[in-house]
Amino acid sequence: MKQQAAVLGVGQTRHRSKRTDVSMAGLCREAADRAVADAGLTLADIDAVVVGKAPDLFEGVMMPELYLADALGAVGKPVLRVHTAGSVGGATGNVAASLVQAGVHGRVLALAFEKQSESNAMWALSIAPPFSIPVVAGAGGYFAPHIRAYIRRSGAPSHIGALVAVKDRRNGALNPYAHLQQGDITLEKVQASPMLWDPVRYDETCPSSDGACAVVIGDAAAAAAAPGPVAWIRATSMRSEPTMFAGKDHVNPAAGRECVAALWRQAGITDPINQIDVAEIYVPFSWYEPMWLENLGFAAAGEGWRLTEAGETAIGGKIPVNPSGGVLSSNPIGASGLLRFAESALQVMGKAGDHQVPGARVALGHAYGGGSQFFSMWVVASTPG
Amino acid sequence: MGMTITPVRLHYMHTASPGESFYLRGLAERRLLGQRCGVCGQVYVPPRGTCPADGVPTHEEVELAETGTVTTFCVVNVGYPGQKVTPPYVAAQILLDGADIAFGHLVLGCDPGEVRMGMRVKAVWAEEGISHFEPNGEADAPYETYERFM
Amino acid sequence: MTSDVAVVGFAQSPVAVRDDATTSGVEMLVPTIAEAFGACGLTKSDIGFWCSGSSDYLAGRAFSFVSAVDAIGAVPPTMESHVEMDGAWALYEAWVKVLTGDADIALAYGFGKSSGAELRRVMALQLDPYLVAPLWPDSVSVAALQARLGLEAGRWTEKDMAEVAARSRAAAASNPAAQVSGPVSAADLLARPYVAEPLRAHDCAPVGDGAAVVIIASAARARDLCERPAWITGFAHRIDSGALGARDLLSVPSAAGALASAGSGVPVEVAELHAPFTHQDILLREAMGLGDDVTVSPSGGALCGNPMFAAGLARIGSAAQAVMSGRAGRALGHATSGPALQQNLVCVLSGESS
Repeated sequence: MKQQAAVLGVGQTRHRSKRTDVSMAGLCREAADRAVADAGLTLADIDAVVVGKAPDLFEGVMMPELYLADALGAVGKPVLRVHTAGSVGGATGNVAASLVQAGVHGRVLALAFEKQSESNAMWALSIAPPFSIPVVAGAGGYFAPHIRAYIRRSGAPSHIGALVAVKDRRNGALNPYAHLQQGDITLEKVQASPMLWDPVRYDETCPSSDGACAVVIGDAAAAAAAPGPVAWIRATSMRSEPTMFAGKDHVNPAAGRECVAALWRQAGITDPINQIDVAEIYVPFSWYEPMWLENLGFAAAGEGWRLTEAGETAIGGKIPVNPSGGVLSSNPIGASGLLRFAESALQVMGKAGDHQVPGARVALGHAYGGGSQFFSMWVVASTPG
Repeated sequence: MGMTITPVRLHYMHTASPGESFYLRGLAERRLLGQRCGVCGQVYVPPRGTCPADGVPTHEEVELAETGTVTTFCVVNVGYPGQKVTPPYVAAQILLDGADIAFGHLVLGCDPGEVRMGMRVKAVWAEEGISHFEPNGEADAPYETYERFM
Repeated sequence: MTSDVAVVGFAQSPVAVRDDATTSGVEMLVPTIAEAFGACGLTKSDIGFWCSGSSDYLAGRAFSFVSAVDAIGAVPPTMESHVEMDGAWALYEAWVKVLTGDADIALAYGFGKSSGAELRRVMALQLDPYLVAPLWPDSVSVAALQARLGLEAGRWTEKDMAEVAARSRAAAASNPAAQVSGPVSAADLLARPYVAEPLRAHDCAPVGDGAAVVIIASAARARDLCERPAWITGFAHRIDSGALGARDLLSVPSAAGALASAGSGVPVEVAELHAPFTHQDILLREAMGLGDDVTVSPSGGALCGNPMFAAGLARIGSAAQAVMSGRAGRALGHATSGPALQQNLVCVLSGESS
């Protein structure tokens, strides 16, 4: 019943703290143009567009797909706008893939963006309705307590978070699109950076970026017609759970575990660490690398930090994680999830340039959002399987 | 190209849900009220009116103590518009005695560096309800008693 | 397009200004979902995929849709997604999911508490943020521009518009969920003052709060859940330009295009149109080629109850209900989004799976 689908092309902007040279439409168009060109197509060849973005309150634009229709060449076409909090970029990729897998469209453009310089994300994330307790201080303030709980639960040494930051920022320096490119960052510098939400430091925190990412997904016929290598979508998965409920495990959420279990089943993966060549996962605060390694089954519960400490998540390690530099190097919030999906595709297409994991054939793209409650994932491969 | 700021001013009428209203009326009487879900039996505070795990309305009223345990926390050093307390301050997850879920609140009244997981705290009341929690001097709760609530 | 998927259930909350409902939608959703389940004999564990439609800007909070997830009891974790659009597009995403085979039964829900917001002003933020939105062209004024264009082109008269309102209210008398209904003459309506000339109050949908739920199922399950499923024989949507001056506001190519793609082969007997303004009812009928032989919006349509982000879904649900009850052999549900009918969706439903 389900048709084959593949990533035909990928495009993204150079992510920066302020892109004062383009409007929101221009930012999106830059990524869209690159994606269709990468696929050997034009916007006229696209049958439908799926737009993903974080809350409208960030940029002050309600339902931006309405304003963007012209810029995306979507007039006269179907346009959907998904919004699943931080996982939205992943959901955008998955919904676009579904349209092809269902046989509804032959070529779909998935696009996600955030123009943070034209928004006040910190304010939008901290709005407290009347009668509520004014405690939350942005995303960092929400996640830092759960990071503390992980450290206690796992017994991880305190420098693990800083190791992740060093790796991801150095990887960012290999990625021409990354916002932060800190090739000479050191463990000492990270550990000396200001403490923002104890135990999370400044250098262990994602930046705020203007950026867009676009991916063209096509059916088997479109893949056959593509001028270069494609990334076959072997599996997709999405799961949600409530933000808070009695019995929720905030450190190792059930929704993440069930999402990846369904994903591995679909993709025929029984031994993730040995069968996945590279993982682009959503790590906005450094400690989420070991936490997600466990949640995704690359390591047993409580053991994820050992992979980080041993250098196994670097390019060349057993399970390279975020060779692109990840969310720690570029974080246009609405786009970050799609960037993970796009970078996983670039890896198996062999197009990741200086941050290519040699011989990568099977890759994981992962995104999460909300209070560790929304998860979207996919597995892509260089062959249809 | 330059940047210009366009103010967006919108007014919203916020309505407290029946569960929130029940809780807020309790706070006005300096009582901490929760609700137990008839399906899973878990006690929620603040009550949500609907059990998020089961999607059913919750009715059974439960009164909780003013004391609880810090399950986890962070020290906020970051400022942002609309912030009510000046950093550094502790934002913690507090498991009230008798509740099955922790909720976020402030821990003040001591140096942020003194706060630890397992610390025992009590509510400090103000006009609008609980202003914050502060240490109540009891010995820390053992990790095993609160680890499954994190 | 094959008819592998059918609507098997529809429920909506009574549309009204609700003091007991919050912007999270939970209070409106819980009983509506329960009603939809009851009719089909389903429980939450039967739902393979949930998809919601709602708006943060309507709620005045970022991530407002997240609170609504409390209403669905997502423990154990469930496959769930959200569009920041009318629930009609959430249903579309759910339909696609069922077509992939990833779910057999899906539930789409939409909700909105318009009475908590300054609705007209909020909607101005849908326009170009650099050049247009800062002028605050509120939604009623934008609709009024379109209405005036039609008047001056001789496409309709204010009396024609009033007659749409009168017809809708009369039809809504049989709809327990309608916010306004009852007999009224066009002449009486025309005697009332303008709110944004040439629009009078009756030309605009009322402001009210509500939620809608539609359940769909694959061919394998549909007949277990419903005696007469409403098979989705076509489902399509299109968008026109966001620049008001860049398109002819008196034509609706996206509605015509969506209908053409959804399949207009055999005529429908019932068409539920999501027209929040009287002149838009006239425009949509013309654009979609709906003649006098089609019963338009027997529920009273959006003019009698317009819960934002649920109203389009409720049109599809009402059209499906016409088929499920046997009143119609073929029906269509329409939804719109954006200023002056910028984006349009059509769902064609039939008592026969083809």
